[in-house]
Amino acid sequence: MSNLSFARRATWGVALAIGIASTWPLMAKAQTPNRGGTLVVGSTQTPRHVNGAVQSGIATAMPSTQIFASPLRFDDKWNPQPYLAESWKLAEDGKSLTLNLRKNAVFHDGKPITSADVAFSIMAIKANHPFQTMLGPVEKVETPDPYTAIIRMNAPHPAIVLAMSPALCPILPKHIYDDGKDLKSHPRNSTDVVGSGPFRLTEFQAGRRVVMERFDKFFLPGKPYLDKVIMNITPDAASLVLGLERGDIQMLPFVTLPTNLKRLQTDPKIDLKAKGYDGIGAMNWLAFNLTKKPLSDVQVRKAIATAIDKKFITKALMGGFATEANGPIVAGSPLSSKDVTLYPFDLKKAAAMLDAAGYKANADGERFKLTIDYLPNVDDQQRNVAEYIRGQLKKVGIAVEVRASADFPSWAKRMASKDFDMGMDLVFNWGDPIIGVHRTYLSTNIKPIVWTNTQSYNNPKVDELLNTAGGLLDPTKRKAYYATFEKIVTDELPIVFINQVPYHTASSKKLANVPNTIWGPLSPYDEVYFK
Amino acid sequence: MLRSLISRLLQGLALVLAVVVLNFILVHAAPGDPVETIAGASGGMSPELMAQLRTQYGLDKPLPVQLGVYLSQVARGDLGFSYFFNLPVSEMIAERVPATLLLVVSAVLLAFVVGTGIGVLSARKPNGLLSQFITVLSLVGFAAPIFWVGIMLVILFASIWPILPVAGMRSIDSSGGGGWADMVDVAQHLILPAFTLSLVYLAQYSRLARSAMLDVLGSDFIRTARAKGLTESVVLYKHALRNALLPVVTVLGLQFGNVLAGAILVETVFNWPGLGRLAFESVLRRDYPTILGVLLFSSIVVVVMNQVTDLAYRLIDPRIKTS
Repeated sequence: MSNLSFARRATWGVALAIGIASTWPLMAKAQTPNRGGTLVVGSTQTPRHVNGAVQSGIATAMPSTQIFASPLRFDDKWNPQPYLAESWKLAEDGKSLTLNLRKNAVFHDGKPITSADVAFSIMAIKANHPFQTMLGPVEKVETPDPYTAIIRMNAPHPAIVLAMSPALCPILPKHIYDDGKDLKSHPRNSTDVVGSGPFRLTEFQAGRRVVMERFDKFFLPGKPYLDKVIMNITPDAASLVLGLERGDIQMLPFVTLPTNLKRLQTDPKIDLKAKGYDGIGAMNWLAFNLTKKPLSDVQVRKAIATAIDKKFITKALMGGFATEANGPIVAGSPLSSKDVTLYPFDLKKAAAMLDAAGYKANADGERFKLTIDYLPNVDDQQRNVAEYIRGQLKKVGIAVEVRASADFPSWAKRMASKDFDMGMDLVFNWGDPIIGVHRTYLSTNIKPIVWTNTQSYNNPKVDELLNTAGGLLDPTKRKAYYATFEKIVTDELPIVFINQVPYHTASSKKLANVPNTIWGPLSPYDEVYFK
Repeated sequence: MLRSLISRLLQGLALVLAVVVLNFILVHAAPGDPVETIAGASGGMSPELMAQLRTQYGLDKPLPVQLGVYLSQVARGDLGFSYFFNLPVSEMIAERVPATLLLVVSAVLLAFVVGTGIGVLSARKPNGLLSQFITVLSLVGFAAPIFWVGIMLVILFASIWPILPVAGMRSIDSSGGGGWADMVDVAQHLILPAFTLSLVYLAQYSRLARSAMLDVLGSDFIRTARAKGLTESVVLYKHALRNALLPVVTVLGLQFGNVLAGAILVETVFNWPGLGRLAFESVLRRDYPTILGVLLFSSIVVVVMNQVTDLAYRLIDPRIKTS
């Protein structure tokens, strides 16, 4: 059906192929990042200052990871990548980590970044950072030459590699901070900050905004692409969503409210992604105070777990944006296990379990009373679920009083002083179980402060599993230990795990390379640019 | 004269002192303390670190000792350091005073000028359509809660009719500077918050002005003025108004404290970077020095405003003598 001879068609075909092949590199190059622009990031959390070496939490980590660099950074598959250290090696026995630093890195005041600064920073973090288990076994940091740092530990500690993340290991200038002043209240923590990262701090307006500008001599050539990053602090999430829709803000991380998520999902100018929060590993759960009767009876706890319909919570209460959590380690972690004890929703079974445990209902249908507390200001994750649980437990004869706390310190006081029966909580895994998971289950961590073992859970086998797993270098062995741990904890139920917190990052479609590694918004924005 | 001035000063001081002591007790009565907030912001903290912080902040001393320490500090003019930010409280307050001052003065001026104007207008024809309309409007304005009005305006101007900014004092990427462009930017952002804050008082003043005007318009000297052949405008604005203003000025001065309190709500709804928001957030954080500093400052302002009202009163009505 063709008028052209075969030869001619073939020639045209080849010419076309060559033409396309020769322009392919051009087409691929068309994606080179544009330099310039101001990125406004919205946040409801107020940072106290920008020094992430002495302060943990997402509020500080967002600006701290822009201003300070760390030895390593992570991709979206939990693989460490070079950052300030161009190469590194964890020793065979797991008791030392050698970092080989770049030779061209300088601080914001022009002075070179050397191993002395790395050594100072790591020991400062060990002394001041609230997460004491992160660098627990670290004894000292040797500096055989200005660009080599060797971290020496008294026991194998595989978590040390993750502890080199931007959010957890900012490298501070020794010549500024090593002056004998207490680092936690150092005057250079929010004014005249000299950092090591892609952006310099130019303005810190307490409780309002943090303004950072490109550092021209950043050690990654050509980066950062953005001129400025402004962190805009507004306690009202609805206001931030409005700002995003109007274009005043271009990036809004940590969105969980289903009404906001639905709205942003349908907005053609906005990208909504759930990726980037595996490292933080945030979970929503119901904790039991095991010192109180009848919660000390595991059958009662199992019955309560059986009366909770997690499908309803994730699909109806959270708009389908959340996924169920069934164990102490978040599903996105390479160490999580699926072999856990589950409690399929069954109201009849729950009632039967309570009967069998000896808690018969009285004439009004009530077996016993319990109170439930919840974290304020996170209603979609906490209060709504607490109210739902009250309704469910009423159906099996448990009268529940939901106690509201006026603000965070009031709630914290209650949990810390063990003045609670059941308490809703929102807790982060923080990447390696040593940092965020062990603290909840170790019997040695039963302390009068929040985010410790406030449940008073005590199982020597679990203590042994956790303490051993923390020092296992072989990832397969480590995973097996944590699997056993997860099985035991879900069987003994000091906590009913409800859902993974559905954090999302909403960003303007004009923004490229929106951070989506395991640390998401808590990583440097040096590769972000406007299309 | 001097004696009364000194006695006023002493009264003012005593009031401020009482406010500080009362606030101190109240603020410490709330459960939880700043160290727990800091531990919360840190996602967890070791008990040793928390104990260290408590000692550092003097929180482990008995309450009366803490009060004594604070009062002696304030007497020296030192408002202390914020527990949360580790920045001097006086600096943080100074940074935010202009914003609150701008908001409150604008709101009061708006309420006064527009409110009185409306009241006077409606007094011309007490049973006319305009008067009835204004009565209803002022009732609504008076009854509607400030935060509800604020939120409704945010929704209206953010989504439905986006002609005005609804958050903050400046555009997000503005660098301030105080130049002409900056002033226009701030003015645009000021419109909604000032209007919201003024609404309740606008309603009040309009009713007050209207009834005061009607009262005055019935008196003898007005009849004389009319008999003399003066135009209605001159009668209203030159003779009657000055007398009708008295009640409005009184109420304005007395209510200044309320306006300052209302500013907290407006600042929160519109994300206005003023003292109100600082006070509110500091309470949630149990940041004692900041809370007490802001409350001290506010009480001083209110006491001063009351004195100013007294003086203004004297200026408007020469009949009032020093007692």
